[in-house]
Amino acid sequence: MSANQDGANLLEVRGLTKVFGTLTACDHIDLDVAKGEIHALLGENGAGKSTLVKMLFGTLEPNSGEILWNGQAVTITDPGFAKKLGIGMVFQHFSLFEALTAAENIALSLEDGSPISAIAAKARALSYSYGLPLDPQSLVGDLSVGERQRIEIIRCLLQTPQLIILDEPTSVLTPQEADKLFETLERLRSEGKSILYISHRLEEVKRICDRATVLRHGKVVGHCNPRAETAASLARMMVGNDVQAVVRAPAEGIETAQPLLEIRALSRKPATPFSIPLKNINLTVRAGEVIGIAGVAGNGQGEFFESVSGEVPQQDAASVRIRGKDAGGLGITGRRLMGAAFVPEERLGHGAAPRMKLSENLLLSRHATDGKVFVGAGGMVKSDAIYAASQRIIEAMDVRKSAPDPEAAALSGGNLQKFIVGRELDRRPDVMVVNQPTWGVDAGAAAHIRQTLIGLARSGSAVLVISQDLDELFEISDAIAVMHNGELSKPLPIAEATFEKIGLLMGGAEPGHAEHTLETA
Amino acid sequence: MDITVNILLTIATAATPLLIAAIGELVVERSGVLNLGVEGMMIMGAVGGFGAGYLTGSPWIGLLAAIALGAVFSLLFAVMTLSLATNQVATGLSLTLLGLGLSGMMGTSFVGQPGARLPNLDIPGLTAIPVVGRLLFGQDPIFYISIALTAAVMWFLFKTRTGLTLRSIGDSHTSAHALGIHVIRYRYLAVIFGGACAGLAGGHLSLVYTPQWVENMTAGRGWIALALVVFASWRPWRVLAGAYIFGAVWIGQLHAQAFGIPVPSQLLSSLPYLATIVVLVLISRNKRLTMMNTPASLGQPFVPDR
Repeated sequence: MSANQDGANLLEVRGLTKVFGTLTACDHIDLDVAKGEIHALLGENGAGKSTLVKMLFGTLEPNSGEILWNGQAVTITDPGFAKKLGIGMVFQHFSLFEALTAAENIALSLEDGSPISAIAAKARALSYSYGLPLDPQSLVGDLSVGERQRIEIIRCLLQTPQLIILDEPTSVLTPQEADKLFETLERLRSEGKSILYISHRLEEVKRICDRATVLRHGKVVGHCNPRAETAASLARMMVGNDVQAVVRAPAEGIETAQPLLEIRALSRKPATPFSIPLKNINLTVRAGEVIGIAGVAGNGQGEFFESVSGEVPQQDAASVRIRGKDAGGLGITGRRLMGAAFVPEERLGHGAAPRMKLSENLLLSRHATDGKVFVGAGGMVKSDAIYAASQRIIEAMDVRKSAPDPEAAALSGGNLQKFIVGRELDRRPDVMVVNQPTWGVDAGAAAHIRQTLIGLARSGSAVLVISQDLDELFEISDAIAVMHNGELSKPLPIAEATFEKIGLLMGGAEPGHAEHTLETA
Repeated sequence: MDITVNILLTIATAATPLLIAAIGELVVERSGVLNLGVEGMMIMGAVGGFGAGYLTGSPWIGLLAAIALGAVFSLLFAVMTLSLATNQVATGLSLTLLGLGLSGMMGTSFVGQPGARLPNLDIPGLTAIPVVGRLLFGQDPIFYISIALTAAVMWFLFKTRTGLTLRSIGDSHTSAHALGIHVIRYRYLAVIFGGACAGLAGGHLSLVYTPQWVENMTAGRGWIALALVVFASWRPWRVLAGAYIFGAVWIGQLHAQAFGIPVPSQLLSSLPYLATIVVLVLISRNKRLTMMNTPASLGQPFVPDR
């Protein structure tokens, strides 16, 4: 395999188009990937990046356009064929099987019939040579997301691909793990392999990518050299206009403010074999402040949110206190009645009932807290009042929709999230707990949501934000705590927090380390 | 001694159809499909097996017909749930109801007719060995098929690459699809295999157990087979053990009645289901084991986007 042949393109995409119903997800996409380069595919959520790579890997069939591989027109009918060509894929939402071992997972994607033990030995050797140590006998369900990604990468490398597609690979990694990944990618480049790197994180694209293709609303809006661009200019290409920066005035007098949400020695046994137990979590959120909780996905954030929101009540009533009163034994409605509001991570099916209208979804979450307004005598629903309130929220949050009162599932992810956050904000809650507030939301809407959360805190509420997006937490939080393996570190005031410190905590450095930093700072 | 051998033989005969139907359903469920139509496929096998055997006079042709009819009937389920992505529970239930009705209609002229019976194995010298001879070398052919089938399925699921692929589809069909595994094709084959097994189990009833045609002659055995799969937590050798335990209970209930032991027969016939509930409670305490053996995508329709 020869590296860096002059101008030789490994992959050329010409006019590739994919239409879903009325939506053109990819609209005449052109893309070249040269041999031995790391090529970035930039774009916001919903810009068509995933659709494009699914067509390259054969899981989706293009409506028109052509794909050239080493100059030859090819029709990639299925992933097996893509693999034969030499295209490997590391998926964003991992395509692993939890109940099988790492070696079995790898074996499943290899075409040859060699025995599992041989594959395990090969995988182990390869993983160590790339500095991504892997135990082939471990059960995937027991592994962290970072380790799972290693399996994906090793599985991909074992197929000796010429082009490796990585879909948002760092979204599940700590900053330190991401550094490790970049080293691996640079080594692969030096071996002459091409990499198509999909991301919406501009700094890392500037750092490792040689060229970039920017997508917006399914169209290519530009090709550029990311190293010659600034993060702001890349963002402008991605979004189409300048994204309003989030403004965070420093919080004042927090130390003496009233604690509105207190979590005391919260522990929880794992609910399923692969879920995380919570271990003695303590946290206070005071009126006027935003506390962020960072952490790699799957370290207990979901379990923590369920315990705080009351989806799973605690045995110890004092383990969660809202506005100075014990709330641990109450369910979600009881806690809402005490002035708290919750926004879960999963929008469809958890935050909203997909097949119900927005106004009906409003009633579902606020029938108890706003019972007087929304429900009349004899339990009759006051449709007019609910409709008016939902329109008020839609206006306040700038929710874009196609009908006056559409079903939740008909909204785009970003717009539905704006509605769900707005639905809770509209109550002016004293305590607001949000899990992944802007996951999969476009930059403009994300900035809007973040600004509203800061505004809520400054108006005297306590806001707790759980997020995997460190940039987001640094933008909005007054202090950041880190969740690792079911334990929560002490919150680090934003003035003292750095990516490096938070990253170390995310990777499991001992909490003592952070306390020490606090004292010396 | 003779009585013991006779009881053991009747237990084996009672357990065989349960074992075959459950092993077939185990493969289906390991691929992530829940087919509640076992009872329906079984009775179709029974009526088809009896009919073909009665009309041709050859129980072997009857046996092939039973397998074929079960497989064809399961194909109906496969088209509905896999190609048209209908609800598996509802489709499976209607398959059972359809099978019971259809077989009754097909079998009206068979009622009361003497059927063909598959002969027991008779190996000169070996079958005559006291005690073990009849147990090991003197049973009906389907008994041997059932044991071989269990071993083959065990080997297939846990020792072959294709078996691993089948299990992976049951764990996560979306991941399997992303890897380029043909989810629907595998599931079609699994469902048809399950149907063929259920048909064979039904054929055992009308060609060996009681060589005649009686409406509803499966008498809930399809449901016991379904319960067995869960009872065995989707492991083949536990299905074998469970089938013989349930078979023993079934026979024990008949003997208890014959000896006039004052145990209500309804209680005894509900024992397999009670046992399944107890086992479910016990295995659900060990969540890790449950998770590793329960096909995670069981019962979920799969619709690939194209």
